[in-house]
Order: sequence, then C-alpha cells, then structure tokens
Amino acid sequence: MTQTVTGAVTETMRRLVGDSDLRMIGVTIGGVYLIATLLAIAAGYDVGGIVNTLRAITVFAAGYGMLVLALNLHWGYTGLFNIGVAGFMAIGTYVTAILSAPPELSPGAGLGLPIPIAVLGGMLAAAIAGVLTALPALKMRADYLAIVTVALSEIIRLSIKSQTLAEVSVAGVTVGTGGGRGISYPAPSDAASWLIELVPGGTVLYPAGAAVGIARPVVTGLVYMLILVAFTAAFYWLLVQIGQSPFGRVLKAIREDELVASALGKDTRIFKLKVFAVGCALMGLGGYLWLGRSGFVNDLSFRPDITFFVFVALIIGGAGSNTGSVLGGIIFSGVLFYLPQFISQNFVRAARAPDTFVEALSGDLAGYLVANISALRFVAIGVLLVWLMQRRPEGILGHRMEAAAAIDLRGGRAGGSDDD
Amino acid sequence: MTTDGAPLRVDSLRMEFGGITAVDGTSFVVEDGTLTGLIGPNGAGKSTTFNCITGVYTPTAGHVYFQGEEITGLAPHQIARRGLVRTFQIARELEEMTVFENMMLAPQHQRGESLIASVVPGLRAAVVTEERGLRAEVWETLEFFEIDHLAHEYAGNLSGGQRKLLELARALMTDPEMLLLDEPLAGVNPTLEKKLLERIHALRAEGYTFLLVEHDMEVIMENCARVIVMHQGQVLAEGAPAEIKEDEAVIDAYLGEPI
Repeated sequence: MTQTVTGAVTETMRRLVGDSDLRMIGVTIGGVYLIATLLAIAAGYDVGGIVNTLRAITVFAAGYGMLVLALNLHWGYTGLFNIGVAGFMAIGTYVTAILSAPPELSPGAGLGLPIPIAVLGGMLAAAIAGVLTALPALKMRADYLAIVTVALSEIIRLSIKSQTLAEVSVAGVTVGTGGGRGISYPAPSDAASWLIELVPGGTVLYPAGAAVGIARPVVTGLVYMLILVAFTAAFYWLLVQIGQSPFGRVLKAIREDELVASALGKDTRIFKLKVFAVGCALMGLGGYLWLGRSGFVNDLSFRPDITFFVFVALIIGGAGSNTGSVLGGIIFSGVLFYLPQFISQNFVRAARAPDTFVEALSGDLAGYLVANISALRFVAIGVLLVWLMQRRPEGILGHRMEAAAAIDLRGGRAGGSDDD
Repeated sequence: MTTDGAPLRVDSLRMEFGGITAVDGTSFVVEDGTLTGLIGPNGAGKSTTFNCITGVYTPTAGHVYFQGEEITGLAPHQIARRGLVRTFQIARELEEMTVFENMMLAPQHQRGESLIASVVPGLRAAVVTEERGLRAEVWETLEFFEIDHLAHEYAGNLSGGQRKLLELARALMTDPEMLLLDEPLAGVNPTLEKKLLERIHALRAEGYTFLLVEHDMEVIMENCARVIVMHQGQVLAEGAPAEIKEDEAVIDAYLGEPI
C-alpha cells in the first residue's frame, strides 16, 4: 500500500518535473525559495531582507551541494565509507588560510602567498591527508576506513584547537592555526567585490541594487553566492566526467564487488587512492569556500556533526546520483536546516509558548512547535531518515543508475546516439 | 615435468588455514590449447587451488608458473593482466551495472581508466573514440554468446544461466590467454548448458586454454581431453577421461560410485 503511494508520488513528481536534471534542481530550489519568500513576507521583511534570506539559503545549499558531491564520489560511486568529511574540510580550509594569511595578521600566522596558490596548496594538503589516511585502511574492510576517518577528523580538529600548534616557528617563519582563537586570513568572499570592480561596468550593480532596496553588502554577497553556485556546478561537471568514463566504471565495479574488479585486472587500490585524494581535495576546497568564506574560522566549524549532516543530505538525495546529491543538499540545508532556524528567529517572540510537550498537547501545540523548532528539526531529520530507510533506502534519486561510460551505450547494434 | 607448451604449471602447492591443510602438495600442468577438467569430491581442495592460482590466496608453499614465469603470490589483478583470467563459482555480476557496462569494464589498459584522461577535455576525445571501438567489440562478443538481447538489462535481473554466460563473455573481453572457470555449469538449465559448452569448445578451437573446475562428473568426462582428480588436497590421478574412469584410486575416493 505505502509502496504504491510512494510510487504514485514519485510518478506525479516525474510528470510535473520531468526527467531533466536541471529542471528537477530548479523546481526544488524554486519551491524552497517560495516557502522562504512567504515566510519572510510574513515576518515583515522588505525587498532587501527577502533577497538576503534567499541568498543565505542559496549559500547554504551550494555549500552543502559541494560537500555532498565530494562525498558522493567516495560513498556513492566507490562505496568508500568516509566519515571524516569535517577533518578534510578543516585541513583544506586551514592550510589555505595559513598559506594566504599575511604574516602580520593575528590571531594565527601565515605566509601571505597569493590566494590561488594558497587554494591549490590547501586542496593538495587535503588530498595528501586523504591518501595517508586511506593507505593503511584501504587494505581492510570498509568499516575500518570509517573508523580511521572519523578518528582522524577529531584528531585534526583537536590539533587545530591545541595551543601547541597555535604558533610554530620553522626556520624563522612563523605559521600556526591560532589555536582556540581561530585564524584570520583574506576572506574568500572579498572575491565578489574584486570581481565587481574587475568586470567593466560591474559597479553598476551597486546603484542598481540600491534602487530596489538591496544594500551594498547584500550585492557583494549575491555575487559571492553566484561564485559558490558556479563552483558547485563545476564540482557537478567534474563528477559527471569522472562517473561517465572507464575510470568511473571501475569505481562502480569496486563498489559492487571489488574482487570481481581485481579479477578483471584492475588495480583497485590505486583507483581507491586516487578517488579518495580527489574527493578529499574537493572537501577541502568546499570547506574553504563555504565555511571559510568570511575570512575567519576556528575549530568549532569542523565538529563531527557537519560530517553527519553531509551524509544525511546524501542519503536523502540518493547516494550515487550527482543530481540527487545537489537535491539532497538543497532539501537538507533549505527545508530541514535553514527554514526552521529562520522561523525560530522570526516568529518565536510572537506568543508565549507552553514550556513542556505535555502542556502543549492540551493547549498551544503550534506555539510549542514553533518555539522549539531548532531543536525539533533534529527530531524531524531523525524521523525522515527512519522513514527513508524503510520506504526508500536509495534516497530520492538513488538507483537511477547513472551511466558508466564515456559514450551512450543504449540503443542497438547500429550505435544509438553517438553524443558524448 | 615438462613445461613445453604448458601455459599453467602448479608445483607442490600447499595451502594451510590455521591447522587445516586444504591443499597438500598439489602439482599438475595444463597443456596449451586444451580443455582440462579439475574434479574431486567436496573438500578436495579444488577451489582453494583455484584461489591460490589466481592470487586470492597466497599459498603457504609451492609455486605457480604461467607461461614460464612465476606468478606465485602476485595480486589478482596482476595475474589477470598476464592473461590468466578466472570466473567465479557463484556468478559475481556487478548487479547495478548493465550487461553492457559489465562487458565494457573488462578490456585491459583502457585509456580512460586514467583519471586525467577522463576529465581533461582535450584528452577525453581519445577516450570517447576508444569507447566506440570497445562498444563494437562488446556487441560482437554478446552476439557470440547470444545474450545481445540482454545488453541493456541490469546484470542483477539475469537468470543464473545468463549470468554464467555473461561472466564468461566478460572474462573473454579481457583478451586472456587462458581461462579458469569455477563451476561454470552450476545452476544452469540444460539448454543454456549446451550453449555454454558449445561456446567453450568453439573458443578452445580458436586456441584458448581452459581449466574447468566442475562438480558434474559427466560433463567433465564428456567434454575434457584431460582430467585431473583431486582428493584430500592432493592430485590423485591425471589423464584422459577413459583412464580416469578405470582408475581404482579414483573409484575409491568417490566411494565406489560409478563414474
């Protein structure tokens, strides 16, 4: 019965939205925008406020999108159970921060290298950390990789926090993580105003924004949001290229049955190491661009819960599917994370809510739910996960079985459509 | 022991698991271009021998030579790359991949197996060209095994017999010198069994060498030119099917069952 209901819902969705991936993503984000706009209007926001709310949601969704895609490469494509996402994000962010921070900037201490070089350095560091983690664990069963990665991510976080590494002098150069005080560095989000100045006529955006009530910082924020979206699109493109290639075919085979892949002459360890390095580099970059966007981070950004949030988003969207990863990122960050927070920030003061659930049952249940929504959303995420595991363990778009070849294999002997 | 024309030579192979000796000094050769059968009662050590040859296990002692070179202790993928390719007793299809994708996986040294070649736009063109070439090859092989109508089916949806066909077809796509088939006919219906055996004979006539582990005595006796009988981890007898049928030790090992 429920099976047919779920089937019918999926079918209706398909009829409404179609099979086009871009349309699916568009409709989903559109739906989230619509709810957010209505809520913002209800909260009495003006145009600038509404736009800023939508911007914040998009930044959230793009940030999750990047990380979920990176994790999809590990878990969805190759079946590598990496639960140290936060650790690799931290390495990417901190190494980029240390490389790019001017030496005089405090707390923390850096080398003052150009930002593009610093970003590459951060990605490389995350990739190397990934390889070093994976080397001993990849020989063993999948669960060992999980144990090693989750432990490593905590070791990294605690090392960042430790006073010992706050400032280290190596050969007369002082570098460091800033310890518990965090680290300051040139903000990635400054790229937005730089870009506006660089593009001829770009500065027109400021008066244009002001005319419709969008303040200058929101304009630069919107441009940075677009940069994040562009990076998410680039991640997506990269993953499609990897997936739809003989390389991706071997990854899929490793996920299905590693012994078969090796019996067919594939050196599965090399494939796993490569894919682990790439995914970790992407996590590092995603962490820097998203959590590190303001030019300041500390250890609190890289607690293990972010790893689990990224996993939840991937499970909702469907492991193995790139479009599903993006959808999962949007739904998780928008519907489950941002909107409840928005509600609690804007609607709580409206009424005095009951203090306990029992009290609420006999009185103002809605008021109670709104007042406690930021805590209750975790209950909701839990319920959703349980429901998904029972009804649709493959997520929204999992098991859609993405192609694993550089050409279209469908069609008959004559060759089918020959597009790449 | 002569190695002339013998692609596979197993020499005093020994495999212990803790205190149990599964293979105890097994030696045999498989001659070039033959269809050789490996039989023996349950627990005779056939599968362990197989796994030692193909690198799944590292033997405790002894040597395995393939085409004159020692392959003892090499990793499974290294052995497969040398042209010694196996299939599995319980067909191990990659179920969430289509039959076609399963087939496309097998060819060795694909340009697109390099990460760089897959993602860098300029290099990807060559990958696409190679994939088109492989696609044509896959169609040919699928037609040879008469499973081309299943090309776009997910391997998980295939019947047991179809899986065995796919597994053999997939192994063939690696362009092997010799194929080790672990119970290729187990769970296959008589029609498909006939089809499968026909294909094996056709391939043998083309020059492929086969070592067949099989439970079904009749199949081995009817199809193999040479038979190796294992018992309690050792080779009990070796020879033409007619000789094996008369061998007292073999008859004893099978508790007097008529062979």
